[in-house]
Amino acid sequence: MKFAQIIHPYSPVAKGTGQHGVVLPNRLKFDGARKQALETSRNRLLVTGALFVLAFMIIGGRVIQLSLNNVRVDIASNKLVHVDKILKVRADITDRNGILIATSLPTAALYANPQQILDLDEAVGKLTSVLPGLNPSKLYQLLSKNQKFVWLHRNLTPKLQFAVNALGIPGLNFQQAERRVYPHGSLVSHVVGMTDIDGKGLSGLEGYFDNQLRDRRQPLRLSLDVRIQALVRFELENAMEKFTAIGAVGIVLDVNTGEVISMVSLPDFNPNKPITAAGVAGFNRATKGVYEMGSTFKLFTSAMALDTGRVRLADRFDARKPIKISRFTISDYHAKNKWLTVPEVIVHSSNIGAAKIALEVGTNTQKRYLKRLGLLSPARIELIEVGAPLSPDLWRKINTMTISYGHGIAVSPLQLSLGVGALVNGGVLLKATLLKLGKESKLGGIRVIKGKTSQVMRDLMRLVVRQGSGKRAEVPGYFVGGKTGTANKPGKRRKGYQTRKIISSFVAAFPTNAPKYLVLALLDEPKGIKETQGLSTAGWVAAPIVQKIIRQMVTIVGMEPSTKTEKKIVPGNVLFIPPSVRSPQKLTSAHRQLSDLEKKVDELLFSTNKRRGRLVATN
Amino acid sequence: MTMFSRTDMSLLGQWWQTVDRWTIAAIITLATLGAFLIIAASPPIAERLSLDTFHFVGRQVLFLPLAMISMFAVSFLSRVNIRRLSLIIFSFAAALMMFTLFSGAEIKGATRWVNVVGVSLQPSEFIKPAFAVIAASMFAAWRLEERFPGYLVVLGLYGGVVLLLIAQPDVGMAVLISFVWGLQFFLAGLPMVLVMGIGTVFIFGGFAAYFQFSHVRERIEQFIDPQNSDVYQVSQSLEAFKKGGVFGRGPGEGHVKENLPDAHSDFIFAVAVEEFGMIAGLLIVSVFGFIVLRGLMRVFKETDLFVQLAVAGLLAQFGLQAIINLASTLNLMPTKGATLPFISYGGSSLLALSISMGMVLSLTRERPNSKFTSRTVWERSKL
Repeated sequence: MKFAQIIHPYSPVAKGTGQHGVVLPNRLKFDGARKQALETSRNRLLVTGALFVLAFMIIGGRVIQLSLNNVRVDIASNKLVHVDKILKVRADITDRNGILIATSLPTAALYANPQQILDLDEAVGKLTSVLPGLNPSKLYQLLSKNQKFVWLHRNLTPKLQFAVNALGIPGLNFQQAERRVYPHGSLVSHVVGMTDIDGKGLSGLEGYFDNQLRDRRQPLRLSLDVRIQALVRFELENAMEKFTAIGAVGIVLDVNTGEVISMVSLPDFNPNKPITAAGVAGFNRATKGVYEMGSTFKLFTSAMALDTGRVRLADRFDARKPIKISRFTISDYHAKNKWLTVPEVIVHSSNIGAAKIALEVGTNTQKRYLKRLGLLSPARIELIEVGAPLSPDLWRKINTMTISYGHGIAVSPLQLSLGVGALVNGGVLLKATLLKLGKESKLGGIRVIKGKTSQVMRDLMRLVVRQGSGKRAEVPGYFVGGKTGTANKPGKRRKGYQTRKIISSFVAAFPTNAPKYLVLALLDEPKGIKETQGLSTAGWVAAPIVQKIIRQMVTIVGMEPSTKTEKKIVPGNVLFIPPSVRSPQKLTSAHRQLSDLEKKVDELLFSTNKRRGRLVATN
Repeated sequence: MTMFSRTDMSLLGQWWQTVDRWTIAAIITLATLGAFLIIAASPPIAERLSLDTFHFVGRQVLFLPLAMISMFAVSFLSRVNIRRLSLIIFSFAAALMMFTLFSGAEIKGATRWVNVVGVSLQPSEFIKPAFAVIAASMFAAWRLEERFPGYLVVLGLYGGVVLLLIAQPDVGMAVLISFVWGLQFFLAGLPMVLVMGIGTVFIFGGFAAYFQFSHVRERIEQFIDPQNSDVYQVSQSLEAFKKGGVFGRGPGEGHVKENLPDAHSDFIFAVAVEEFGMIAGLLIVSVFGFIVLRGLMRVFKETDLFVQLAVAGLLAQFGLQAIINLASTLNLMPTKGATLPFISYGGSSLLALSISMGMVLSLTRERPNSKFTSRTVWERSKL
């Protein structure tokens, strides 16, 4: 009993059992408690030791990380940043011939610690004398802020930096910076895009290749040719002014590689003055804008009809009277009032004919072909600004018919160019690229139509320029083939169409015997002028742009005119188009007189038209 | 290394046979590195303070032999005398700390320093090791002697020390002492429930310190949101690591010392790595790790609970101080103002650390017959 009282509470002999347990000498029980205590202590000592090992290993690791990795610790954000990334200048961008399109100049950024500025008035006075661009009152406000850091100027030239340094104002400091410069100004603006004040790519290629441009030292070589880009932009700008259009698009593609030789969207902006990039000018119509393209779609319609074999060139379609289907009426602009062959449908651009061909093809086949031609999914190109095409959710018979002549489906000019490129290059749809391809690295494409069909399509397009609405695109010796497309713009509330607002486009390939280039010109809302007898249809406004582009660019790319003469198409040939009763010149002038009358009728009928949902495609 | 033969029974000979010579070698390595680094780091500081160029070097060179002598002297003491010494130091230091509250000189927002015969001392530096030893003996007694309320005594002492430190205020030191005290309590067999409880108290204490003391708050806010305050020293320090690279810029070639006010004390590690590279940095870190782990391994087999607790406490103080300093220099935690043991400039700290390590050396000395004497009659009967 006496021992039980002495048993230490932590003794392994256990509390409460003392009375029943073996009675041990005091010393023995005490020793048990000691062993127990040492056991606990040792176990916990192991834990302590392990924690110390861990702590020292973390510290050692951090020493290695800081001194070995060549990293800079950005205290402001507490993040590790690789030094060479900060010091490295953003890579240049050049055109296919190495002409500089975008480059970075090292500059100095001026900042101040307002708390270190001793004499505010003196600092403001001296700074504004050297940097007249700074607003004195704003500067005064900045420098009296209760902060330790304010930016004063982001891009000082070395000369100005020296001048500011020479002022000897305490609290001012410089940081190495760079400024992105675009020597061609707005010429390549939509393609190249621009960077923000910190040199981060915001739009265009600068945005798409932002990381690569930061990392690489080699310049990024584009597929563009600035010389061709310049002439395309020049011709588009002239046409836009001439026809007071609100926008224009020009695309030149290499149909055999998918390289984009030129891409212009007007209006554009000067990336050197980023503030102007906002609004309409920042919108890339060539890739982001999607439009109902109109008659150029007849090329796809006839290609799929011929490719499937359901229609042969010589098959005739009844175009004598407009098609009435439910609430809609499909009529022709140049009504021929007869049965038309496929070449005649294309050359006369008959909506009725196209619709009937589409019905032969069928809705599912049409959908399948358009999908394969890349017209139902966004174009794949190295830009952020790519628009998704608009196509009907529910594809009914009426949709099949309107889509056959390019209404009720909206695609970007780039998509159209790629699709037409596939029709003429032997039938392979290529992925568009803005980067120059090496000689051996040809982009793989997908076969969309047979080579034989492609051959026929080239003949049909050539026929349009030889005898149809594309006459004004002819450049002797280059066998230009093309197709006009004039489409009414959809109404504001996606109901009906606006008769006075049109999109006029011309897509051409040359030379049609072995196509090399595709040229597309598009004007948004051109207005007719006296020279065009008040007309603003594609044959009048867009085809001449393409003609001027081709005529000039052949000298740049060094393509000699062919001395071969084309075979005359005689009656009996399936491509023979019987001459019209009236001459085209008379037709158009007669039409102009008509159009004045029509204008009034249209104005009267406009609201009714909308309600009835009448779909009209012209040209 | 056989300066003294095993049969040499002189006091010195016995000491040499029993003391942990590896730890001595490690400490001397640190002190030597420290002396070199003070020569490298302090002249720009001295010049900036309009002192003689080698002001700090001179003082450190004066203090170093003194510190080494104290360390060796303490290491000769027996275990009982270590307790006695601790009690004496504790009493003196506590008295001085109370004295500083009334007449201490205020340096950097706190009154920690007291002038003793022309030398300014920081008594809180000395109370650290003394308290660790006293706490160890109290904890051991609590576990081993029946009915001795050791933990109550130690709780009272702990409360007193922490109050004195907070009154100065020296929150960093209070936290360090609390950590070590908590560790000893943990080793001594604190029930797990209480381990959790005390952990919680520490966390709340930390919050209290954050809200109560403006300079603690500034340090922490600065770490959490560096943009709002002056992170000058840490950014300079990190820049130094970057510039140092693997092999360093070479002796005397560093620049961080010209820009850091505390280059010779709190940020001396940055100077070391800038001039001598990652290799020197890793060497210093591993020497610290070596001292701590070797000491812990030596007491692992120890059969005297007091020795185990005391050595663990002293080594934890030493190791934690090193870790805190290195981690703040490396921007792994808020700057706390801890010196790097044996390397940073600072007379008080050096002397106190020497006494502390002297105690470790003394307590970890092998006792040739300890195995025999520590065995009980019962244990021996089992053999």
